Amino acid sequence: MAKLSLNQRAALLSVILLVVTILIWEAAIPAQQAVGELTEYERLTGGGAPRAGVPAPSQVIVKAWEELSNPFYDAGPNDKGIGIQIGYSLYRVLTGYLLAALVAIPLGFLIGMSQVAFKALNPFIQVLRPISPLAWMPLALFIIQDSEASAIFVIFICSIWPMLINTAFGVAGVRQDWVNVARTHELGHLRTAFTVILPAAAPTIVTGMRISIGIAWLVIVAAEMLVGGTGIGYYVWNEWNNLDLTSVVFSILMIGIVGMLLDCAFGVVQRAVAYVE
Amino acid sequence: MSKPFLSVENLTQIYPDGQGGDLTVFEDATFGVEKGEFVVILGHSGCGKSTIMNILAGLAEPSSGVVKMDGFEVSGPSLDRGVVFQNYSLLPWLSTLKNVTFGVAARHPEWSRQQVIDHSKNYLAMVGLEGDVIHRKPSQLSGGMRQRVSIARAFANHPKLLLLDEPFGALDALTRGTIQDELLKIWGGTEQTVFMITHDIDEAILLADRILLMSNGPFARVAESVEITIPRPRNRTDIVEHANYYAIRNHLVHFLGQRSKEISGKAKGSATNRPETVRIDRTGPAADGPGDAPRRLRAVIT
Ligand SMILES: Nc1ncnc2c1ncn2[C@@H]1O[C@H](COP(=O)(O)OP(=O)(O)O)[C@@H](O)[C@H]1O
Ligand SMILES: [Mg+2]
Repeated sequence: MAKLSLNQRAALLSVILLVVTILIWEAAIPAQQAVGELTEYERLTGGGAPRAGVPAPSQVIVKAWEELSNPFYDAGPNDKGIGIQIGYSLYRVLTGYLLAALVAIPLGFLIGMSQVAFKALNPFIQVLRPISPLAWMPLALFIIQDSEASAIFVIFICSIWPMLINTAFGVAGVRQDWVNVARTHELGHLRTAFTVILPAAAPTIVTGMRISIGIAWLVIVAAEMLVGGTGIGYYVWNEWNNLDLTSVVFSILMIGIVGMLLDCAFGVVQRAVAYVE
Repeated sequence: MSKPFLSVENLTQIYPDGQGGDLTVFEDATFGVEKGEFVVILGHSGCGKSTIMNILAGLAEPSSGVVKMDGFEVSGPSLDRGVVFQNYSLLPWLSTLKNVTFGVAARHPEWSRQQVIDHSKNYLAMVGLEGDVIHRKPSQLSGGMRQRVSIARAFANHPKLLLLDEPFGALDALTRGTIQDELLKIWGGTEQTVFMITHDIDEAILLADRILLMSNGPFARVAESVEITIPRPRNRTDIVEHANYYAIRNHLVHFLGQRSKEISGKAKGSATNRPETVRIDRTGPAADGPGDAPRRLRAVIT
């Protein structure tokens, strides 16, 4: 047998782990359901109601096939395709996130360039940063009076900090030599910012952006469970209320996959702006 | 006496010494550099050479004193004063070529993209960088190649004054020799005025028209201005044969080894703050008598 490369061996191991996990999971389900059928709760909820039990992987795969073969159907407020739900979530995440970037990156630049600005703003940042983004929800709902905008606001507030702090650190850490190169070439402030400081700080800034998008995707699920209506978070909660655990497990997997894709996208950007000193 | 092209007048630099007091690095440094001249400043580490160069570049302000170039006072950096930094200071995210076009485009905003690229490629070729290498990032180049890029970037801009801060300090001896030769070759074809820092005596003699010697800090002074009376073009293997070579070299070694310490640490009080001009020439008809000390053969004080 030919020797396998490192990547090939890793991929093989991944597949084995997946298959073993699924098999164990599949094998564990019938026993659990047998116990479930005897519970008082089950009998009280009545035979006609959908059964609440952890689904077998085979059921989840069937569910996934159904959902993914028609992801964009829309049959009223409580019955939309998974594609539509994820679309709503992505729309909220990206809107809040882009607004945060528009504020955080210029502000981070300012803080990174000016010691005074850094010292003046630091106490505010230190107090505001550790606040759970969901703690803002009641205030946002009261002031904005709109659940959609409130969810976007919560995303905004949670994505702003990593971007702000990383931009400030990245800009403050730009080597003086490179700034001197710009100065000896008589570049103006704006050209220095765009042609020297931005590329020099870009790896740190993009790292902050990558952390932010990860946090935003974590928070949107919780935010949508609170505000309801649409989105993948609402979908999870709604399927739980319907006691449709197959859908719950399926949507959990979808959340993971979308989060991974978002992260990968920023990984690509990160590689594009990276440089070796 | 007419003012030289570059005139440094009573430059003094005082830094806080970190214990609440002051540290006078150098005091009343006064010297001039003529147009087209290659001047090397030689002195021990810490005497303030880089500080002087940063002031000439306009990157730092002296505590007192002025620098005038072409009659105008230097304030702030300018494209007229190109700098080659010791650590090359290439922008690591740009390719070799783009590091040079970066400077050329800043110098000639009116040029077309192609003009900028052609001009940059010419100068890279002069330092021996051609073909695929110019599309590599600085991190993929050797130290010597990086310094070549840095030199090409500075020369391509035709600054009125070129400042080099220990440009070969981080290179191995062989590479250093090659790049010194390249520097001489490029410089020979221009009227470029160069002010260079080094702590390598042989490098100084090979390259300079004149060497400024600095005493040790604190209260360092630019004590002597030694003319290098060896005709150009010079070549590292031939100059050692020249009658003046060892005389000059011994003078420099003696200064750095002994006198730089003796005359250091003394606060102001010398009659003049201009460096003493030293001219050592053993080739002239008025050859030295047999009793001459080997070190200071003929010192003409002006
Ligand atoms: N920004 C600064 N603050 C305080 N001291 C400094 C600063 N820059 C340089 N010095 C001091 O000035 C002296 C001269 O430094 P420098 O010009 O780098 O010397 P050289 O280049 O001749 O080795 C050193 O003693 C150094 O410690
Ligand atoms: Mg130095």
